[in-house]
Amino acid sequence: MSRSISLKEKLGFNVFKHSAESHIRIIPGAEKNERLKLAVYVCPAGLYSLNENGDVTVTVDGCLECGTCRIACGPEILDWYYPDGGTGVQFRFG
Amino acid sequence: MEKFDVVIVGAGLAGLAAAYTLAKDGIEALVIERGDYPGAKNVTGGRLYLNPVRQYFPADFWDNAPFERPVTTEIVTMMTQENAASMRFQALEFNNPPYQSYSVQRSKFDRWFGNQAAGAGAMLVSKSRVDDLIWENGKVAGVIAGGEELGANVVLACDGVLSLVAEKAKLREPGKPEDFAVGFKEIIELPEKTIEDRFNLLPGQGAAQLFMGSLTQGRFGGGFLYTNKTSLSLGMVVSIRDLMEKQPPIEAPVLLEEFKQRPEVAALIGDGELAEYSAHVIPEAGYKGIGRLYGDGILFAGDAAGLSLNIGLTVRGMEFAIASGVLAARAIKQAFDRNDYSAASLSVYQQLLQNSFVLKDMQTFKEAPHVLDNPRFFTYYPELMGNILKDLYSFGQEPKEGLVRTVRNRLSFSDITGILKDAWGGRKI
Repeated sequence: MSRSISLKEKLGFNVFKHSAESHIRIIPGAEKNERLKLAVYVCPAGLYSLNENGDVTVTVDGCLECGTCRIACGPEILDWYYPDGGTGVQFRFG
Repeated sequence: MEKFDVVIVGAGLAGLAAAYTLAKDGIEALVIERGDYPGAKNVTGGRLYLNPVRQYFPADFWDNAPFERPVTTEIVTMMTQENAASMRFQALEFNNPPYQSYSVQRSKFDRWFGNQAAGAGAMLVSKSRVDDLIWENGKVAGVIAGGEELGANVVLACDGVLSLVAEKAKLREPGKPEDFAVGFKEIIELPEKTIEDRFNLLPGQGAAQLFMGSLTQGRFGGGFLYTNKTSLSLGMVVSIRDLMEKQPPIEAPVLLEEFKQRPEVAALIGDGELAEYSAHVIPEAGYKGIGRLYGDGILFAGDAAGLSLNIGLTVRGMEFAIASGVLAARAIKQAFDRNDYSAASLSVYQQLLQNSFVLKDMQTFKEAPHVLDNPRFFTYYPELMGNILKDLYSFGQEPKEGLVRTVRNRLSFSDITGILKDAWGGRKI
């Protein structure tokens, strides 16, 4: 890999099984929380981003289920649980 | 409600080691795993130090284990923005079996381990998430998984570093950023021969390389590279607190990309094909981070109990998981024989851990997190080393200064007192 590939492309190499429910939810009212903004830096999958209104948004597609964001933000800010059994990332190497 | 002797939450190394041991003792154990198969949710750097856990299994147990390569070569690389200094260590005894450590990939390894546990008589259910504990008269009496109630005399929680089961049951507090690091890595496929040539390895043998210094941009942590059979595991481990606080901020995945672009690293992974990108949280608080080990009707093992130890040159977790799983199973066997699953009866688990390498090693190195949490290890020392070596190896137009003088030019009085101070601080480990 001489060229640098995007994070999205990188996550494309993983096996993910879709879940009907989103397993990470920003607790309503916490979208502008300063601590939540740090999730942008800690998430190894880059799933958090800051939109033009200054709100943090999260997408769970590509989640590696590591829990870093939950440790960084705490349960007061993130309603975080593992995805349903048999869904989410299925590591082939790990 | 269906009832089992033991319900184990999570088919990782702790859960599977416990299931295997219980099954061998004729105790009915059900392992519940949320992934499609054991290992589907598990990640290691990674290497397993096998020697500490050989005693807990039959001598031939590991003969067919899907290890990647025995680690026979250890490399440490100190990096600055401009240079890198490496030390390569090979001991002749590392070259021969029994090998002390192996690189592993958890999806393969845990699946194999799951088969051993099932072969011994344990029951394994995959694709099922444990959502809660069942309580009866203040004692844990089973779990709720996939909407179904499953009763148990005792529950063994091996649900990993976050242990949401324990948290939900108010048996532990949510983790704090200062006590955890996040590891993230790529699996990069390369032909066997290429790996052996690049790392100067005999056929089948492996290398482990740790990187410290500028790659984490002042954050507590480092990089790692392990050789697998036909791939490299390349990644970083970085303190979650530092990713949140250190300025200027940088996104974790960007740190890894920049690390990969360093010529010293790019040369090792060049022409490789990315096969997977994974991440996992690691308990880093050491002894003080050990969580609850047992309660009425419940035990905790592996990462769920906070059993993991980073002492700089080595980071260990998997053998602590295996050993604590086995010892939890032994404690359960004793409780089974007494037909008493109270906290008092299960407390023998703590004694078993205390008499084993698990709590002994964690106790010996209980100051390690504190001593290692010194930014000088990640910036100052790599730079000092790099500068001195650069001066020693550089030749310009001017006549060269003496070697001692070259070194002394880089070491002021305050450098020396600073080094002595760090050495004094490090005496506790």
